[in-house]
Amino acid sequence: MSPPPRHPWVRNYVLAGGRTSTQWRMLMHTLISATGAMPVAAAGPRPEAQALYQRVCAGPQTVAELSAACGVPLGLTRVLLGDLAGRGLVTVHADLDPFNPLILERLLDGLRAL
Amino acid sequence: MASAHSDAVPAAAKIVVAGGFGVGKTTFVGAVSEIDPVNTDAWMTSEALGVDPGRPGKVRTTVAMDFGRISLSTGLVLYLFGTPGQPRFWHMWDDVARGASAAVVLVDTRDLESSFAAVDYFERDRKLPFIVVVNLFDGVATHPMDKVRDALQISPDVPLIAADVRLRGQTVSALVTAVQHTLNTTRSLYR
Repeated sequence: MSPPPRHPWVRNYVLAGGRTSTQWRMLMHTLISATGAMPVAAAGPRPEAQALYQRVCAGPQTVAELSAACGVPLGLTRVLLGDLAGRGLVTVHADLDPFNPLILERLLDGLRAL
Repeated sequence: MASAHSDAVPAAAKIVVAGGFGVGKTTFVGAVSEIDPVNTDAWMTSEALGVDPGRPGKVRTTVAMDFGRISLSTGLVLYLFGTPGQPRFWHMWDDVARGASAAVVLVDTRDLESSFAAVDYFERDRKLPFIVVVNLFDGVATHPMDKVRDALQISPDVPLIAADVRLRGQTVSALVTAVQHTLNTTRSLYR
């Protein structure tokens, strides 16, 4: 047994073993941002994880944008971003309530101003 | 822990653009997107899709999907996601539709059948309000709208409009109609 990790949510993730999904809810348009600027090696040995992390460090982006920009399939992108979130390297941002009337009004105002 | 960094992140909203193959989804996205529509390949294993009769023995299937982005002055970034056309990717459609604020189903009156699956999907989904947009490929309507509504068997409460999706103004209008429809449909949930 390895010593218990500092954060319980990391523990859950580490214990997930052969991961095909993550506990982070990540929609295609969920925004991901870097918590700071660490060397890419902090993302772990996988080149896909390093590429994703490097891209996130350039500015907040959606899961789909990161997947497309790095050429990493969507499913794997989610797993690796969940991994990076578990390491505290990236933040998985909360999604908007898509039907909140205030959000929809802001969408309408924004579209009409185009 | 909230950080100053996360405060700088804009809020992301999403609208789905659906419809059959060749109906103008990429054109629609490209007409309003501030970036060139990103055509991305997302793969799934055949287990996730069920048996793919067209490609026996194929382990991975690539699904082409495109998206665009519009930064709005009201502090939101709107993402447009085009769904993969083929109905056998409905699993993927769920993923695309999840968390969306509205859906636009594009139809081509010369090939209504190609959009049957998309109309059917959103009719049955019920959670995500949608509108139907007849793409005026040559800038003119070739079929009366009531005929189109009949042929597609769209409920009377689903807005049906026509637009030349090559034109930014008409595409933006279609998005406004879609968001307004969602607002009208879902507002009661928040009273």
